[in-house]
Amino acid sequence: MALGKDFIRGLWEENPTFRIMIGLCPTLAVTTSAINGLSMGLATSFVLVCSSALISLVKRLIPDKVRIPSYIIIIATFVTIVDLYMHAYLPGLHQVLGLFIPLIVVNCIVLGRAEAFASKKPVLASALDGLGMGLGFTWALTLLGLIREIFGAGSAFGFQFLKEGTTTLGIMSLPPGAFITLGILLAVMNMIAARQKAS
Amino acid sequence: MEELKLIVTPSPHIRDDDSTQSIMFNVLVALLPVFAAAVYFYRLDALRLVILSAGAAVATEVTFQRVRQKPLTIWDGSALVTGVLLGLIVPPSLPSWMMVLGSVFAIAIGKQVFGGLGYNPFNPALVGRAFLTASFALAMTVWHSPFDAVSSATPLALGAARSNIPDLFFGSVAGSIGETSALAILLGGIYLFYKGTLDYRIPLGIFAAVVAVSILTGQDPVFHLLSGSLLFGAIFMATDLVTSPVTNWGRWIFGAGIGFIIMLIRIWGSYPEGVTFAILLMNAATPLLNRWTRPRIYGQGVKANE
Repeated sequence: MALGKDFIRGLWEENPTFRIMIGLCPTLAVTTSAINGLSMGLATSFVLVCSSALISLVKRLIPDKVRIPSYIIIIATFVTIVDLYMHAYLPGLHQVLGLFIPLIVVNCIVLGRAEAFASKKPVLASALDGLGMGLGFTWALTLLGLIREIFGAGSAFGFQFLKEGTTTLGIMSLPPGAFITLGILLAVMNMIAARQKAS
Repeated sequence: MEELKLIVTPSPHIRDDDSTQSIMFNVLVALLPVFAAAVYFYRLDALRLVILSAGAAVATEVTFQRVRQKPLTIWDGSALVTGVLLGLIVPPSLPSWMMVLGSVFAIAIGKQVFGGLGYNPFNPALVGRAFLTASFALAMTVWHSPFDAVSSATPLALGAARSNIPDLFFGSVAGSIGETSALAILLGGIYLFYKGTLDYRIPLGIFAAVVAVSILTGQDPVFHLLSGSLLFGAIFMATDLVTSPVTNWGRWIFGAGIGFIIMLIRIWGSYPEGVTFAILLMNAATPLLNRWTRPRIYGQGVKANE
């Protein structure tokens, strides 16, 4: 039961994007379409699960003073795996997400879970926590990307439902669109959370 | 026994009869010559855009406040003023649905999400225009001359050498519907100044900076003053009481900053006109300017023997 709780927490109650508001750099930068958001979320999830599990495994071997650099090295290892894998098998996607894949190393969700959870808890719990947080991040980014894609490009997951050449809200594909959409979504999430608390 | 109440409020303690309503009414009166010029030059398009924009602005404010169960503030006229202002700073051929969307955005995102009038950091009408420019770059840069529907470049795109200064002054050039006639805008400005709503420091700061930069870079200062959105922006947009500094020095700096940024964008930027972005940028600096130029409190800050 406790394990289930570790997994569920990241999806809503402590959702990194909507409740804790960390890791906002990729959230704002790569969510121009649903596919981009989904891929970024899954890449981060993979890194989160692997690094949380490994850090939990070796937590007793790492001296306290050098724990942050050690975590970073472990995280960077998995990020490199994702980066090279994407470059080899999904070159198109790699081109779009580009710089933001290596930047997963400094995503504060990953380091945050290592420091706050994996460095104190057993391996399985840490992996599940990483998975929950990762999937929470993923659905947030996918939703954000989907909304921006619908209004900015007239398509959803790459499927064009508006006729080619229809005037769309160009601003939604631009950086201001990311801020505006995130702001409105946060307002909605806060409203839902307030209702939950009230009932 | 009667209960005595001690009312403690922060300064200023000076009161007069100005209310939001009377100030907004003054702005609307000042916009009348501009509106008349717009209708004279662009006929039905001017009427259509201004009415749609004003209507959408007021409707958005009502909807927003109903949904959030806040007191209705449409009778203070601020939403109406925002709507009319936005309607006057778009090109005459803008499609109706874009106009309505821009106006809804200006009130909802530019004003109401921050808590309504007085809490918005940016001028809502300019937020609307920036939104329209970023979203519909094409439709927002289709200009045509008054009296005929032939599209033509604005004087700013043509350059000073090919523009006629009297045309710029009276307004028979291509441009946004309310911005072409310098005469009508100046009339409105003089009325606002006479009524005490307009602080001369902001427009003068803008003009001074524009003239200084034009002369330094060897351009025609009169052309730069009269063309584009400069006069309209300086008199009706930059002087918005909510989004401009409250101190005298702050207002000079605010104006000069706007003028400087306008010239930067006009001369070196990729857009032909930069008034919208210049004012929005300086809006962002307003809290900082207020803090910098805070007047010294009497008796404080100076040592006795200095």
